[in-house]
Amino acid sequence: MSKILNKILSKYSGDKSDLIPILQDIQSNLGYLSEEAIIAVSKFAGIPESEIYGVATFYTQFRFTPVGKKHVMVCKGTACHVKGAPQIIEGIERHLDIKEGEVTFDMEYSLESVGCLGCCALAPCAMVNEDVESNLTLKDVKKIFSRMKRESKNNDCN
Amino acid sequence: MNFNQLVTESVEEYNALFEGDTPIILVGSATCGKSAGAQEISITFKAELEKQGEIAKVIDVGCIGLCYLEPVVTVIKKGMPAIFYDEVTPKLAKKIVKTYIMGNDPMPEHALGSFGEKQIEGIPELFNIPVMKPQVRRILRNCGFIDPENIKHYIAVGGYTGLNRALQIEPGEVIEKIKLSGLRGRGGAGFPTWMKWQFCIDSDEDEKYLICNADEGDPGAFMNRSLLESDPHSVLEGIVIAAYTIGAKEGYIYCRAEYPLALDRLKHAISEMREQGFLGEDILGTGFNFNIKIKEGAGAFVCGEETALIASIEGKRGMPRTRPPFPTTYGLWGKPTVINNVETMASVSLIMQGGHNQFIKYGTEESKGTKTFSLVGNVRNTGLIEVPLGTTLRQVIDEIGGGIINNGKFKAVQIGGPSGGCLPESFLDTKIDYDSLTMAGAIMGSGGLVVMDQTSCMVDVARYFLEFIQNESCGKCVPCRLGTKQMLDILTDITQGKGKSEDMDLLLELAEGIKDGSLCGLGQTSPNPVLTTIKFFKEEYDTHINEKKCPALLCKELIDYQVIVEKCEGCMLCLKSCPVGAVSGIKKELHSIDKEKCIKCGTCIELCSGKYNAIERVSKY
Ligand SMILES: Cc1cc2nc3c(=O)[nH]c(=O)nc-3n(C[C@H](O)[C@H](O)[C@H](O)COP(=O)(O)O)c2cc1C
Ligand code: SF4
Ligand code: SF4
Ligand code: FES
Repeated sequence: MSKILNKILSKYSGDKSDLIPILQDIQSNLGYLSEEAIIAVSKFAGIPESEIYGVATFYTQFRFTPVGKKHVMVCKGTACHVKGAPQIIEGIERHLDIKEGEVTFDMEYSLESVGCLGCCALAPCAMVNEDVESNLTLKDVKKIFSRMKRESKNNDCN
Repeated sequence: MNFNQLVTESVEEYNALFEGDTPIILVGSATCGKSAGAQEISITFKAELEKQGEIAKVIDVGCIGLCYLEPVVTVIKKGMPAIFYDEVTPKLAKKIVKTYIMGNDPMPEHALGSFGEKQIEGIPELFNIPVMKPQVRRILRNCGFIDPENIKHYIAVGGYTGLNRALQIEPGEVIEKIKLSGLRGRGGAGFPTWMKWQFCIDSDEDEKYLICNADEGDPGAFMNRSLLESDPHSVLEGIVIAAYTIGAKEGYIYCRAEYPLALDRLKHAISEMREQGFLGEDILGTGFNFNIKIKEGAGAFVCGEETALIASIEGKRGMPRTRPPFPTTYGLWGKPTVINNVETMASVSLIMQGGHNQFIKYGTEESKGTKTFSLVGNVRNTGLIEVPLGTTLRQVIDEIGGGIINNGKFKAVQIGGPSGGCLPESFLDTKIDYDSLTMAGAIMGSGGLVVMDQTSCMVDVARYFLEFIQNESCGKCVPCRLGTKQMLDILTDITQGKGKSEDMDLLLELAEGIKDGSLCGLGQTSPNPVLTTIKFFKEEYDTHINEKKCPALLCKELIDYQVIVEKCEGCMLCLKSCPVGAVSGIKKELHSIDKEKCIKCGTCIELCSGKYNAIERVSKY
């Protein structure tokens, strides 16, 4: 078992009600729930793997595959829908050449939709990692991604 | 230190800060402000001030609700009213430092309003500007005015006096006060708060739990988020009061993970409470013990439902169960549990701080007090508002909202989220209170108001909600799982021009079945958006089904994009931007769109509109 997993699990008592927080903790550290992680949690908390999968698949937050370096979550809430979210999502899909729920080939970007980001007054919105981008237009989609590309290039040089 | 000493100390600190010689700059830094660039503004101010030698202080605060004008900055200078600047750019931030902080010109041309005793020529009073005037700020009174990460600010403006008062009296007396206030739950159904608490007290188990529902799963609603980010202690104070009243020793806040800032500020506030003795053992020296845990939601709308929420805290799938037994008798770990919404908790603090009499000053006979709403969609002034219950939809949309954007025409207002309905123009004079809305066929819900204009297609809106429900159904009941799927399929067909004449009857029949056959509130109310759109916008359904036309020109399968011959100047913007090469033409000459190739992405129309407006959507059939 990896060190990180060990470290995460050592914070919990193994009580059944810790299951979701443990999974959340693992995901925020590793980016997704790997098979190894599920097995480790199962042993740690004494909950069958099947039950853990049963819980984890119920909640939209949990993923079983890695996400990209930049995880894009487009809001599909009512306000965003009314203000054109479907077009924005399609625009991003075209731009990244992936569908909702997928990751780009180079693992740079992943795309998902979310119920509501709570920034409805500035709809349509999307969240890139922890930053919310609001009042999106199709033009912005291009701008945001070329900006991110520049930024990640700069970071790579450092 | 006892409570009174703490209050004195807090007031002194607060006054020294806000009435001192050093000017204060408050930067609206809730999620909406941040997404509009508040962080950059905050950094700009700090950098500018560093250059000048700390001549002012910058504090990140919450949101005053004018989200459409973010970033909003407030400057407080001795002897002057607070001045609010809107849509602040880094450039304007620098100018504010130079011209108003260092100089003495408050720059009325950039100011939105002022707040305080003195008036400045050319700057209206903030609460007199049209978007603010009809509002009554009770729940939101501190939002944007105090530092959400400093408990002393909250105490200085009267915070925790409600808890202090509650702890001096018997739980029964607290119940009595809440009863007199007429407070009804702000989470949707409007159940009297005192009664829920009483049920829990009446159960003879010793161990009891209190849960604050901060799941806010309703898409289009963000009142709870804003409040938690701007004034977390007002919610936490209510939680402790409620816990004391029902006799709970442990409480949970169930907050969605999509609200990282709210979670951060909550966690910070809880640690501050602990330090000051508002949480933990022997709270305020009264012998009352209480602790709060935060549980992060994991993205499931149904977890806002009480029994599902409990299951989720217990570490299981968030599946609702039949009620009764209600959580007040059989809740978390099988113990009596009260679940209240964020705003309900903040109302409790308000009532205990100011007395029930000032609470019932606003509202109607059956719906007391004020209510926060997120006013969003196609209105000009989008944001977080608070009005007395009984205010009409028209007042909210026209006066506060400033009417429809782009001089458009009002079509409908969606209220109550996926459990609510869409009301047409003829219902604009409906009062916003629990009973009037129910009579109109909608519900109050948590408070999302999504305004729609002629560009929204009501069949598409109904389809949108069914898609949402389809994704979010827990899958336990057949009518909810499969019935809504069936409805979604029918609605999708209609929006694609494949509707049949018998579809409407089928939808109505399914709606009845799903309503009656589902176990929890999600399934039971899921047909509401369909039922209200059929009731009020039947002709839109008919046009889709019989003529294969979408009156709003929104449904992709039923429209085409075309160039308006007279308007096209041949600027080539559309040609260059079209992702599939569907546009042809040469510079300075008429362009045209190949309808076969066009994927209706909308890029060309976005680029052309405003300048030439030479591209339009037309009906395909
Ligand atoms: C599907 C569904 C989702 C709900 N989501 C929420 C929610 O996000 N927040 C909330 O406070 N109440 C929500 N409710 C209502 C709660 O179950 C509960 O009635 C409410 O939290 C009680 O608080 P109150 O008495 O203060 O209104 C939801 C109900 C259903 C059926
Ligand atoms: S009505 Fe729907 S969400 Fe509610 S319990 Fe039944 S299947 Fe689950
Ligand atoms: S709508 Fe999109 S695909 Fe169609 S012509 Fe315009 S840019 Fe091209
Ligand atoms: S609807 Fe998109 S942020 Fe709320």
